[in-house]
Amino acid sequence: MEQVAEPLQQSGFAKVVLELEVNNHPGVMSHICNLFARRAFNMEGIMCMPVADGIRSRIWLLVFEDQRLEQMIRQLEKLEDVLAVNRHGAEHDVFVRMEDFFH
Amino acid sequence: MNQMTGAQLILRLLERQGVRTIAGIPGGAILPLYDALSGTGTIQHVLARHEQGAGFMAQGMARVSGKPEVCFASSGPGATNLVTAIADAMLDSIPLVAITGQVPLSMIGTDAFQEVDIYGMTVPITKHNFLVRSAEELLEVIPEAFRIAMSGRPGPVLVDVPKDVQGQIVTFDEFPPVAVPKAAPRPEMAQIEAAARLINEAERPVLYLGGGVIHSGAAQQAVMLAEQGGLPTTMTLMALGAMPMDHPLSIGMLGMHGARYTNFVLEEADLLICVGARFDDRAIGKAAQFCPKAGIIHIDVDPSELDKIKTAHVAINGDVAEVLELLLPRVQVQLRKRWLAHVDGLKSRYPMQFGGLDDPRSHYGLIRAVASALDDEAVITTDVGQHQMWVAQAYPFRRPRQWLTSGGLGTMGFGMPTALGAALAAPERTVVCFSGDGSIMMNIQELATLAEQGLNVKIVLMNNNALGLVYQQQSLFYGKRTFASRYAGAPDFMKIAEGFGIPAVDLDQCEHPRAALAQALQTPGPCLIHASIDREEFVYPMVPPGAANTEMIGG
Repeated sequence: MEQVAEPLQQSGFAKVVLELEVNNHPGVMSHICNLFARRAFNMEGIMCMPVADGIRSRIWLLVFEDQRLEQMIRQLEKLEDVLAVNRHGAEHDVFVRMEDFFH
Repeated sequence: MNQMTGAQLILRLLERQGVRTIAGIPGGAILPLYDALSGTGTIQHVLARHEQGAGFMAQGMARVSGKPEVCFASSGPGATNLVTAIADAMLDSIPLVAITGQVPLSMIGTDAFQEVDIYGMTVPITKHNFLVRSAEELLEVIPEAFRIAMSGRPGPVLVDVPKDVQGQIVTFDEFPPVAVPKAAPRPEMAQIEAAARLINEAERPVLYLGGGVIHSGAAQQAVMLAEQGGLPTTMTLMALGAMPMDHPLSIGMLGMHGARYTNFVLEEADLLICVGARFDDRAIGKAAQFCPKAGIIHIDVDPSELDKIKTAHVAINGDVAEVLELLLPRVQVQLRKRWLAHVDGLKSRYPMQFGGLDDPRSHYGLIRAVASALDDEAVITTDVGQHQMWVAQAYPFRRPRQWLTSGGLGTMGFGMPTALGAALAAPERTVVCFSGDGSIMMNIQELATLAEQGLNVKIVLMNNNALGLVYQQQSLFYGKRTFASRYAGAPDFMKIAEGFGIPAVDLDQCEHPRAALAQALQTPGPCLIHASIDREEFVYPMVPPGAANTEMIGG
């Protein structure tokens, strides 16, 4: 995804893993990415696979925790295609286990 | 068993939602839908001259009725022309369902003639949007679009329908149920109790009403709360009319062009009760210095507004009418003589300065002359600029939905097509559009639609031959380097009106402007009323952009 604004200095903040339950159809990802891009909130990591026979998807996002995260989550929860947002700490191993594919 | 085309299905579903008037413009990719529309007897189509005009007509209907209204546009430029009207609806939380034609499914993504990704373009300016991929999906999508548009905080929804989907035959057993708004979030009683306690204990509370009070139909409850708790009440631009301007507890509009005393009262408040407002920068100035001494109660149906700009001490997520109903029995009756006397003192020391109120040739005088020729049943729309702020300051608004203005997006060109929409939704009312010579030119083509429809719309054109608010800002904040804000030419608006077939009155030429104005306003049908305004008349007071509300200049 193209960067549309200078990301704020986010290093130094703790990382957070967001788990999103969403409807699975073309366009869902663009609704979600738009929210983050508009607010210059960089997504450090992103992963998405279908669940529930392909009716829904689960999206994993790795983001930095800064003071805007709460507002981001509320905006995410407002999206019609986002059914649930769960927040995990950086200790969640979903992205750690994926690292093998990036070496 | 029902069998019909996608186009016919859309129209049947719109009928079932109670849609009776649609504004739009046809084009290649939406012709199947228009072909089907020609065969229905129940839905009236208003042919606009530009899709943005159609979008604002639908907005005008929705702002008057409070229900979702519909506009149609074709693919490509038809759809992109709707974008401004959709964004405007988003920022002012107006329920709108925009239906656009799209190139056939198989051609999407091929740069086909008049193809644009209107779905992608409207992601950030709609509550939600749909690209329909089969006629069967319409059974779900159309009611869903209405449900989303009117649930919680209202807003626009776009439905993009490829041409072949409009022509596809669909077979189904039963129509889906008519969409109704989703239940609002249930407010937490502990928060209601906490809010009541804060109100009862406060010494210098202020009630701050926003557009949510209008949308939720909570004006009556808001006024009751103010009266019961002895609360001086300020309104945002979007909330004007929620409490009658001449109510003893009204302290008028706050913010950039609010009266001095209003902003001073807020400065001293120890409790701010924010109802359906969102701490917009034009209303609160520099956020860190707004209501510096006040605790905050924030009531809003949209949870993402709570704690967005200002952290609330008590945040209540719920429909504002419902929350106020729960709050009312818990708020003590208080006279608050001391605080209200102090508010009155500030009001008499720093009142709103209306120069020339008795002179119908002055800007404030003209606005008051219009008001005195009308009653509260009239609907007032504006465009955007100095005239808009003068009307907001000087017009005696007394009921919700009397006042339709572009607040969040500040769209020049909003006023006239919105007035047409208002008149379509409420043909028994007189609709007055205050406009400026800059704004009116941005959708002037809709005069043709107005003439055809013969609606009771009066345009009061305040002409200073300039982009007045730009000229004002350059004069005040850019070293008087006025650039690109004065027009070199001066169109003859009387001839323009005549060319469109609209009767026109030039108050400049009238010996008795007040009488001529009253007569023009009382004659049924459309009319353009032209009045020249001094370019050197500015909107005061004014909070410089980025400054705190107490740093007003002028007024």
